[in-house]
Amino acid sequence: MMDGGKGFEDALTGEQKIRNFNINFGPQHPAAHGVLRLVLELDGEIVERCDPHIGLLHRGTEKLMESRTYLQNLPYFDRLDYVAPMNQEHAWCLAIEKLTGVEVPRRASLIRVLYSEIGRVLNHLLNVTTQAMDVGALTPPLWGFEEREKLMVFYERACGARLHAAYFRPGGVHQDLPPELLDDIETWANEFPAKLDDIDGLLTENRIFKQRNADIGVVSEQEILDWGFSGVMVRGSGLAWDLRRAQPYECYDEFEFQIPVGKNGDCYDRYLVRMEEMRQSVHIIHQAIAKLRAPEGQGDVLARGKITPPKRGDMKTSMEALIHHFKLYTEGFHVPAGEVYAAVEAPKGEFGVYLVADGSNKPYKAKIRAPGYLHLQAMDHVAGGHQLADVAAIIGTMDVVFGEIDR
Amino acid sequence: MSEDALRELADLITLKQGDAVIGTEIAHGELTVEITLASIPAFMEFLKTDTACRFSTLVDITAVDYPSRDKRFDMVWHFLSMYQNHRIRVKTQIREDDMVPSITGVFPAANWFEREVFDMYGVLFSGHPDLRRILTDYGFRGYPLRKDFPTTGYTELRYDEALKRVVYEPVKLVQDYRQFDFMSPWEGAEYILPGDEKPEAAKG
Repeated sequence: MMDGGKGFEDALTGEQKIRNFNINFGPQHPAAHGVLRLVLELDGEIVERCDPHIGLLHRGTEKLMESRTYLQNLPYFDRLDYVAPMNQEHAWCLAIEKLTGVEVPRRASLIRVLYSEIGRVLNHLLNVTTQAMDVGALTPPLWGFEEREKLMVFYERACGARLHAAYFRPGGVHQDLPPELLDDIETWANEFPAKLDDIDGLLTENRIFKQRNADIGVVSEQEILDWGFSGVMVRGSGLAWDLRRAQPYECYDEFEFQIPVGKNGDCYDRYLVRMEEMRQSVHIIHQAIAKLRAPEGQGDVLARGKITPPKRGDMKTSMEALIHHFKLYTEGFHVPAGEVYAAVEAPKGEFGVYLVADGSNKPYKAKIRAPGYLHLQAMDHVAGGHQLADVAAIIGTMDVVFGEIDR
Repeated sequence: MSEDALRELADLITLKQGDAVIGTEIAHGELTVEITLASIPAFMEFLKTDTACRFSTLVDITAVDYPSRDKRFDMVWHFLSMYQNHRIRVKTQIREDDMVPSITGVFPAANWFEREVFDMYGVLFSGHPDLRRILTDYGFRGYPLRKDFPTTGYTELRYDEALKRVVYEPVKLVQDYRQFDFMSPWEGAEYILPGDEKPEAAKG
């Protein structure tokens, strides 16, 4: 029906009318990374217009949060960007801690950094390898998922769940880490660079991989500002912007790490940045383990007070502690009225929470600012003029996960 | 950002945009500027272009619903400057039937955020190129994040085996939606506690 259908005559003279072709990309396409539906208008194989239809995974998280206590809301954050769950929880905890003015104990702070970096590796491993699969390589995801599996075991050993951790709590982290777990994480961190080199050797100089990624989806500095990009989308274009360095939260200011930046701002540079960020994360993991073993790194993992549960031992002997425990897990803690915006450098970019508290035990309003939302928004702009096949490559390096975009 | 630097920035903005700014506030190390509705695209343009501000990145747009207020919604914008390394929150109060000027001309990134606010709160944006619903279902009615919208919604859908398609139906709840009230009666419950009705009546 390329000629417009009606009125076709056998002996049509002159130029035939050619209409652009519309296709649906997704929501069941494997390269759509979940439930993305793109309505693409194609001129031949060139993308003329790209209209993402999102919301297919919309669960009304923000509405649900308004009728639950602050602590009950925490697990919702695992379900946003389910590729690196703890990094999201972190933003929620920081927002509450900012409003209540709670100081997180040093050991908890170090554990948070440790697990945030594990989350970053988890995310980048998934992204780099599945993006490679989008452009035609099958082996990288198999290798990457093997490593992810090990990391998820570390998640499980810390909190009991492989994905939906609910481990970072307002005021610290839920439980302390046993020393054996630290040893095992260290062993993994020693072995991981070799695995990363394997993936590196498979992809970085691969002719097909380079042809599919170099000079695709180029993002300039002006585009970064116009479209509100963050994270790797910014660093891939040469801006050394990283919230961990620029506006340090937790105890990131005492860690030594480099911020890798790309030069061309294309898909290939974003791939390289992610690979290097994983190496830097391993570097931070080593430092965090060393600090956790040092005498200053010992101690409690929760700021004991109104917003955290009492120690188990206290509950056996103190009536006050028992009442506190009961009230904390039924009524929940109250957060003073006010509004606050807390952001973390999640693996995908700036993940923020805008929290309006009215002094009760439930948030009056919580707005989740997901980095992928803005990245996907620019899809029409970035993918326009590219080939249809490049759309998959661009979605891949934009690192979209629908848990956080649709919320 | 230190408190002093924020205060300086607030003073500068008030000085240069006196007509637009209603008030400034610094809390929890964050600067909030309240502005008038009429000044909207121009004030954002100023934030973006002024050399001392250079708020080049739009971080977030959202609204907050206060049903009891005459000016029902708070519109909230967050901006970030990657060059000056500071953040700002801009707020304005609007009535339910007010049109908010779109800032897509200044920040293209505002497009989806404004669609989301329209979708969730029903706030209309004048000058928006494509104001469609974004997160909710095709053909959805109502504005889910308004406080008077029930969490369960009004419709539910299921696959009908007989019709061989998905059908929409009004929500049927087997039991009431459970809203537990754990507020401590000692901390000032604002309602009469069960069993306390008689003494309250006797007093009055």
